[in-house]
Amino acid sequence: MDALVIGTIIKVVLVLLVVSALAGFGTYIERKVLAFMQRRLGPAHVGPFGLLQIAADGIKLFTKEDIIPQNANKFIFSLAPVITAATAFIALSAVPLFPTFVIPESLPLIGGAIVPSIIADVNIGILFVLGMMAAGLYGPLLAGMAQANKWGILGSARTAVQFLSYEVVTGLSVLAPIMVVGSLSLIDFNNAQTGGVGSWLIWQQPIAFILFLIAGFAETNRTPFDLLEHEAEIISGYVTEYSGLRWGMFFIGEYANMFTISLIAAIVFCGGYGDLGFIPGWLALLLKVTFFFFLMLWVRASWPHIRPDQLMWLCWKVLMPLAVINIVITGIVVMI
Amino acid sequence: MHEEIIHTDSTSKEKQNYVMLELGSTPAYGWPAFKQVVKRTVNGELFVGLWITLKEMGKTLFKGGKHTTMYPFEKMPISPRYRAIHNMLRLLESGHYRCIGCGLCEKICISNCIAMETRYDENQRKEVSEYTINFGRCIYCGYCAEVCPELAIVHGGRYETASEQRASFSLFDDMLTPIDMLKQQQEFAGFGSVTPNADAAIKKTPLAY
Ligand code: SF4
Ligand code: SF4
Repeated sequence: MDALVIGTIIKVVLVLLVVSALAGFGTYIERKVLAFMQRRLGPAHVGPFGLLQIAADGIKLFTKEDIIPQNANKFIFSLAPVITAATAFIALSAVPLFPTFVIPESLPLIGGAIVPSIIADVNIGILFVLGMMAAGLYGPLLAGMAQANKWGILGSARTAVQFLSYEVVTGLSVLAPIMVVGSLSLIDFNNAQTGGVGSWLIWQQPIAFILFLIAGFAETNRTPFDLLEHEAEIISGYVTEYSGLRWGMFFIGEYANMFTISLIAAIVFCGGYGDLGFIPGWLALLLKVTFFFFLMLWVRASWPHIRPDQLMWLCWKVLMPLAVINIVITGIVVMI
Repeated sequence: MHEEIIHTDSTSKEKQNYVMLELGSTPAYGWPAFKQVVKRTVNGELFVGLWITLKEMGKTLFKGGKHTTMYPFEKMPISPRYRAIHNMLRLLESGHYRCIGCGLCEKICISNCIAMETRYDENQRKEVSEYTINFGRCIYCGYCAEVCPELAIVHGGRYETASEQRASFSLFDDMLTPIDMLKQQQEFAGFGSVTPNADAAIKKTPLAY
């Protein structure tokens, strides 16, 4: 087989494993950070610093009884979590992760395989990623409608409203940087910002960056906008009837989406995986992604939820006009 | 600035004092509403919130400001007046248990959970041969400790009363001060006694605003 094909397969397995593990690790970090911000300890008993809590949770999820409610549509009920998890991972296939490397020849079978930094270097990378994340909305939507539960229906109604509205803002906010760079490929975005911190697009497009962050929070269902499963209002929204591994798939999908949004924010606006002074590129990217991930947790600890009507108000009356104005101004500047 | 409005309701006979805060009017539309939106948008209030949580995180991590008590391993001190599982005390001089088998506690027990049997020993003294408290029924009212003429039965601080068997707590020998712990035996401070750190715990009520 071609060295690149083997390398790509290795990369796929690597991304699946690493991101699933990171999702688990993300829950641990989330609990710890939230705990510290609320002057608690967080998980502390299972393993050193409570690290094995992830394993304990995994075992719990695997061994839990899998319940499908009586009146649920069984096929769609079991399909929905797969959609969420799958779209989240498919989105990651067009995002560059780690530098390219060649597996040493001395290894049997896979020796000499070229593991690419990006699984599928499609020239419309960012469009593909955002499209996949948008397709992920079918997960919560179908899950809520298939489970014959009113909280689920409310959850999926909110999914439709929130994701569809914020899709507009995400699209419009990245449109301005796309116009500046003149390409949809994430690699081109990275190459356009190689001139150190000063060349980052965040300085040219601060409004687009902020809009993208806000919309990203809404699309990953993070705190100021986590109306889809707002416990105080609608029990658990679209995951009310889910248990065990199916619930776990939603969870992994959500965390994978958080990573994707953090990655896109880092690549499109904050210089991507270019070297940062003495910090090598891969570490710089990791630090940026970590920062955005931390930001999500930080915001969750600090800010309250907003009401659904405020959510819509914010999207259509504030963010969308701002995004359009930003595009118009960018367009004029680019033309001149 | 606030004005006081005396509000009289036709259904209630009392006057009610509502304090109305002067919040200003909320512009509903047009230029003033837009100005308010912009003002609130560029206002840094949200960052104040972020800063507070970050500060708390720093305090927790580096200054030991966490509030968690690692419960099974460390416990909060409880008041000496706390009424938990009973202790049966001993006489300090002889080490003999104080209970004289008068049966008052059994009589007064509101939930009828003390069961005792007594008999005369070889010196014609009353001896307690059976003494159990059914902690499944005890409501920790403290009457037994109140009524005891010998200060023999008192409340202790053992509040972890989950167990597989009632007998884990309820036997006389379990409640009795171990003979080697006689030196450390403490009297129950009793109802109405103040906690030892009461003075330190008192805070002044702020009167001036
Ligand atoms: S505390 Fe009250 S209920 Fe419990 S044994 Fe004493 S008298 Fe009975
Ligand atoms: S009231 Fe006191 S002395 Fe009398 S039987 Fe009960 S514990 Fe013993």
